[in-house]
Amino acid sequence: MEEEKKYELRLYIAGKTAKSVTALQNLKKYCEEHLKGQYKIEVIDLLVQPQLAEGDQIFAIPTLVRKVPEPIRKIIGDLSNEEKVLVGLDIRPA
Amino acid sequence: MSKAKEQKINEKYPTLPKTPTGITGLDEITGGGIPKGRPTLVCGDAGCGKTLMSLEFIIKGAIDFDEPGVFMAFEEKTEELAMNVASLGFDLDKLQEEKKIKLDHVHIDRSEIEETGEYDLEGLFIRLNYAIDNIGAKRVVLDTLENLFSSLTNEAVLRAELRRLFHWLKGKGVTAIITGERGEGKLTRQGLEEYVSDCVILLDHRVINQISTRRLRIVKYRGSVHGTNEYPFLIDEEGISVLPVTSLKLEKPVSSERIRSGIPALDKMLDGKGFFKGSSILVSGTAGTGKTSIAAYFANQTCSEGNKCIYFAFEESPNQIIRNMHSIGVNLQQYVDKGLLKFFASRPTLYGLEMHLVAMYKTIKKFKPKAVVLDPITNLITVGSVSEVKSMLIRLIDFLQEEQITVMFTALTLNTIISDQTDEGVSSLVDAWLLVRDIEYNGERNRGMYIMKSRGMKHSNQVREFVITDKGLDLVEVYLGPDGVLTGSAREAQILHEQTGEVLRDYAYDRKDREISRKRKVLEAKISSLQTEFESIEEELNKVSQEEELVKQVAEKTRAEITQRRGEKG
Repeated sequence: MEEEKKYELRLYIAGKTAKSVTALQNLKKYCEEHLKGQYKIEVIDLLVQPQLAEGDQIFAIPTLVRKVPEPIRKIIGDLSNEEKVLVGLDIRPA
Repeated sequence: MSKAKEQKINEKYPTLPKTPTGITGLDEITGGGIPKGRPTLVCGDAGCGKTLMSLEFIIKGAIDFDEPGVFMAFEEKTEELAMNVASLGFDLDKLQEEKKIKLDHVHIDRSEIEETGEYDLEGLFIRLNYAIDNIGAKRVVLDTLENLFSSLTNEAVLRAELRRLFHWLKGKGVTAIITGERGEGKLTRQGLEEYVSDCVILLDHRVINQISTRRLRIVKYRGSVHGTNEYPFLIDEEGISVLPVTSLKLEKPVSSERIRSGIPALDKMLDGKGFFKGSSILVSGTAGTGKTSIAAYFANQTCSEGNKCIYFAFEESPNQIIRNMHSIGVNLQQYVDKGLLKFFASRPTLYGLEMHLVAMYKTIKKFKPKAVVLDPITNLITVGSVSEVKSMLIRLIDFLQEEQITVMFTALTLNTIISDQTDEGVSSLVDAWLLVRDIEYNGERNRGMYIMKSRGMKHSNQVREFVITDKGLDLVEVYLGPDGVLTGSAREAQILHEQTGEVLRDYAYDRKDREISRKRKVLEAKISSLQTEFESIEEELNKVSQEEELVKQVAEKTRAEITQRRGEKG
């Protein structure tokens, strides 16, 4: 049985736009730096699976959703501000 | 093929294609609905009915026009929405199951969202797109889009995205309603009207004299004729009804059919046939002149001919009217029981004028009467200004004429001096105006009635005395004596007086006749005596001359004899 990761992250994108690519790159970078081994990233392309947008209340693209740990947190934008992302994900206290 | 056909139609009628909203009255004002395939902005203050109006647009679309719709809510949860309209008798859950409606609640919680870097609202587009394609929606509502502004900080992005959204909606070919909160000095707080340029509807909720009225105004409607006024609307158990201002033009059907007033003598004054069908009649007069009785007679007559009638009472309760009319021999209860007569009593202050009008409109539409009585309109003034009452009555008359319903208003005039205007200023609107007035004379009050005007028919110019007895109403010709118009007991007295006079005069004639004949006899006697006298004098004269003749003859005879004798001797 696969070990439960401490962080379950979901990144919603819509096609391979510049913003989406930047966001994914940024996310991967931060996670490698701060959460090595304790995270799981799931990328959802809404152009492929539009029905998933409603469930997580997605309206902006790109949106990063922290599913685990609770409570759910959302960060919208291309995640260019590392500080904000880390605070937003509760990795670093504000 | 169908497209070519459509195009052909468009060429033939180069008007803007419209989507009916299904909201009572709104389609009349907009001349068929809101622009098809374009976004329409509905704005207004909190609680003025934006959400309900847009929701009704979706529901009516799904039920009545077979156009599925997507309702994207930024404010209320879908369950809340469903609950809100359940009271109007719409089952949103069922409609959702049937894939006629899709409700989507976009929940944005400021506390769980962090913004960093660039983003766009593509997620919203995808969501909307998915919902539209999923049920084949033709109608879309975004309620209240401006919530995005309070949730997200990057205004520049939002504005750019909104612009894109409206373009996208147009491209999608859906008829959309976007709602927005009213801002200060602007139609919407975020200036949404900049993006939606085809049709803007403004809702308003005002309280004047403690009475609240909702109003609707089409601020703009590009490429289409529309009513520009503020139209009141009502939210009740059947949803929204915008006040049906039926006609912007004066193009109403007219009828030359006549309808009886219930008082034969009054009909006689009106060319012998009564009022025109579909006309409006005003009965005005001071307090206690019998206006309600005239109205009740009219209602009674209508019902007795088997037609339906609605009696809107603003002063008395139905039971009170029925009881009171019993006293003059009118039994209205039987018609109420038969379902021909319907009372609709409410205090004017119950709600605003417009609400009254909408309520009346709805009742009339439902009951389809042939005649309507409003008793009295004067009291409406307590809830509105003169001009408001007038405009309300204009609209009511318009509507009733359209429906060919005859209406009788009663109005109380406060002063005893007859002015050429009623207090409500409606006298110029009505087709016929009956005036009942008090005539106070000789220590009693009587009622006089005359027809001030009656369009399109020959009518009597006479003042009639209007008598109310326990047998009913009647009009009696007033007595025109040497001292002017007499009514009531003065009229009776004058008639009696004249009758006595006649007897006396007859007697006097007799006496004079006799005297003259006596005088004639005396004269005749005198004449005969004079004649006798004359005869005797004549005889006397004759006698004298005969005597003289005789004397002369005798003298000549004697002289001749003497001469002869002397000749014999000589």
